[in-house]
Formats: sequence, C-alpha cells, structure tokens
Amino acid sequence: MVSNDDGVLRAPLRLEYPFTRTTGQVVGGFLTGLREGMVLGAKRADGTVMCPPLEYDPITSDPLTELVEVGQSGTVTTWTWNGEPRAQQPFSQPFAWAMITLDGADTPMLHGVLVDGPDAMSTGMRVSLQWRNEREGHIADIAGFVPEEA
Amino acid sequence: MGYNQDPSVQPDALSGKVTLPASLDDVEMVQAVRTPAAIDYIATPGASLSAYLRGMKQKKILGDVCPVTGQVFVPPRGVSPVSGQRTTEMVEVSDQGYVESFNVTRLPIKSRPDLKPPYVSAWVVPDGSNVGSIALVAGIEPEEVRIGMRVGAVWKPDDELEESAANILHWEPTGEPDVVLDDLRIIGKPGDNQ
Repeated sequence: MVSNDDGVLRAPLRLEYPFTRTTGQVVGGFLTGLREGMVLGAKRADGTVMCPPLEYDPITSDPLTELVEVGQSGTVTTWTWNGEPRAQQPFSQPFAWAMITLDGADTPMLHGVLVDGPDAMSTGMRVSLQWRNEREGHIADIAGFVPEEA
Repeated sequence: MGYNQDPSVQPDALSGKVTLPASLDDVEMVQAVRTPAAIDYIATPGASLSAYLRGMKQKKILGDVCPVTGQVFVPPRGVSPVSGQRTTEMVEVSDQGYVESFNVTRLPIKSRPDLKPPYVSAWVVPDGSNVGSIALVAGIEPEEVRIGMRVGAVWKPDDELEESAANILHWEPTGEPDVVLDDLRIIGKPGDNQ
C-alpha cells in the first residue's frame, strides 16, 4: 500500500483465473503444428484453406477434419498501428496489428508485425513468421511477423 | 445443412478423426492449453478502509459503528450492512478474540506457496466486534482447533508494519477457557454489542 501526496492509499491488485482449456482435435492439431514448427490450416470441401483453422465450415456448417500445412510467409491484407503496446501483446515496442494471409491459405490471421513505424507498413506487403525460441504448443509460439527479406 | 440438425445429435466432428500432415503422425498431440485471464487494477480502499489500514500500521484494529444498532463491523466498509446507513464513528477493537468457525485445508494453493498444508483458516471475531473475518490460526495442531477457542493476534515485527491487514501473521490460542456457544453474539440483533 503506498500513499501519494494526496493522502490516498493505493495498491496494485491482480485478479487472475488460471484457466486450462481442452482444445479438441482441430485447435489441438493446430497447436501441435506450432510446437513442431509448422502452421496448419483446415481444408474445406471446395479446396480452400482456413488458417487459423475453424472446427466447422462457416458457410456449410460441415465439420472440418483435414489439417494441411501452409506457408510461413504471407501478405498483409489490412493493418492498423499500435503505438502503445500493453503487456501480453506480441511486441513490447510499438508495432502494427495486421491481417496476414499466409501462402497456401485463403483466410487471414491477426498478428503483430514489427517495423520501425507506420510508414513501413502497407497493404499488400510481404511478411515472414518469427518463431519464439521455446515452443510449447501455444498460440504464443508465434512471436510475430517481420517484413520479408527481398 | 448443419443449422437444421437436431441439436441433441452429436456433431460428426466430435466423433470423426481429424487428419494431420504425415510428418506429425508420431508426435504427441496438444490436448490442453493454459489460458489464464488476469485483470490488473490499482485499488483505492476508500476512507473507511484507509483508516483501518492506517490503524493496522499502529497495530490497532479499527471497526465501523452502525449509527442505528451500535454494532461494530471489522473490517469497516463505511456503510452499515444491517441498517444501510453511512457510518461516522470508528472504534478500536481488541486483538484478542475467538474462533467462530474454521476450516482445515489439506491441499496446497498454487498462488500461496507460503501456506503449507494442513493449515487452518478461521472466522475470527475480535473482542468488541460483532462480526468475524477470515484469518489464519496457527500454533496449534489442526485437529485441536475448535469453535469458541480463544485466540490472539500475532503481529509482524514493528519495523515491518505497513498499511496492510497482512500485519497480522496469524492468530494463535491464548489458553483462556473457550467461549460457550450460548454467549456467541448474533449478527443483526440490535443492541447486542452493549
């Protein structure tokens, strides 16, 4: 408990629930892929691939049961700048949130792109996935994305 | 179409096998993931609790007095829970009291590695208060703790005192005769603090 000049007592208070969730086969398969250094998407009946995968087809409601590997580079389809990152976001310094369609996938995933500033971001730019050094089968195994080297 | 299916019928995906690329055939599947949800606050306790916390720094336990019934509530919240009236008077209660109820915990809590099972959590009513609050009882085997047992607060060393209820490390038996159940005061009974 600390008291500032105004005489009001204040203290940090963390409210935390330590949830563990069971994943099911589709999300579990996706996370297994991340742990093994692969990115997986769900193949739909028309041959298109959703990454990250969903358990059911959003149009037909059919269960999606085939996970296939997609690329680890992709294209930014839209983005916004995050000038004040918060704890647990992909990067501790300012970065871009971007929708990234990985090569071989037909739907985008949301993730962070680390660049010097918003001037370095553009729709259509190419980015590459960066793995975290220690992978455990968690979405945070993907550290984020950086511009693809030419 | 899936949305026309009988909702009581198990979806195919729950029983169907999801296939992965062949290179993952022999690896262990992820079946669970940690997703802790945390909210970080800066807490300000308000006038009444602030006075209580500053009292704790001086090894004093302060309570609110209900302006209608005269009952004393510890810890103070600024409002009487029986009359709903704002409280204006605070009094010091004793750091001696009795166990109104208790529980023996035999499993460890991850976030409290300092608590070694088995330990006793008790509802301790300080003398001069009409209500109890949660506290640790130590200095006695868990099997020997009983309702009505007299206990006294064990405070941190003076140079470690701060504005915190954690200044009371735990309560331990005083050796006085137990409070008899008939003597226990009942919450919400007007005038029972006299």
